Amino acid sequence: MANAHSSFAALSDPTRREIFQRLQSGGRSVGEIARDLPVSRPAVSQHLKVLKDAGLVADRADGARRVYHIDPKGLAAIRAWLDQFWDVALQSYAAEVARSEKER
Amino acid sequence: MMQRTITPAPVRKSVRVSAPRERAFEVFTAGIGRWWPKTHHIGTADLDTHIIEPRQGGRWYERCVDGSECDVGKVLVWDPPARLVLGWQLNADFKYDPNLITEVEVQFIAESPSDTRVELEHRNLERMGDRADTLRQRIDAPDGWGGLLQLFAQSATQKQGTTS
Repeated sequence: MANAHSSFAALSDPTRREIFQRLQSGGRSVGEIARDLPVSRPAVSQHLKVLKDAGLVADRADGARRVYHIDPKGLAAIRAWLDQFWDVALQSYAAEVARSEKER
Repeated sequence: MMQRTITPAPVRKSVRVSAPRERAFEVFTAGIGRWWPKTHHIGTADLDTHIIEPRQGGRWYERCVDGSECDVGKVLVWDPPARLVLGWQLNADFKYDPNLITEVEVQFIAESPSDTRVELEHRNLERMGDRADTLRQRIDAPDGWGGLLQLFAQSATQKQGTTS
């Protein structure tokens, strides 16, 4: 289940952004991802777990291996974007309330 | 292709502001032009202001410095100072689409005479997925969603520099 904090936190890490970006061009196994990046397989697995917990990627069995992919509709990414957008917007809103109250 | 689709949960946010809820409602609506992030707008010219017309069915739009106006959505529920429901009608390309409505519900809850908890829920996000092909292209493009990943990177850096 995606939640507010985790999608942001998941993509705030540069390695996870890199992995997420690579999955946008199609599903890949842990081994394939690790081959492309200077990161160990266990580390890749750990990053994928965080992305999966955040609802940003899903996995499926393909024979003996597990293939990770992002939501084909891109909705998880859009949700993450909106999630981050509203954080920024509401911080700005709260600051504006504080400013306007001070002026009164 | 067998792929599990992720149905997005609504985006839920809560923020506490030091003002009575009448004031909190007023700043959110009449004052939206003063707090809406200037970096997020849909017109081609620079953003001048954001406007929410204060009535049910009212327009929600932005005006650019060249005088052009771009619709963002409309007011679905106008119930000051307790509740506001806006229809967000921007699609995944960040373009106005009159056939698309996702709802942004904002509730203003008095925690004390001078403090308000503002709860926001942006829901029906799955409706943005109706045009899956376009979406894929937008997300894949380097500038998709305003440079989605770059935005995360920038915000993460900013967050480290501030105490919230």
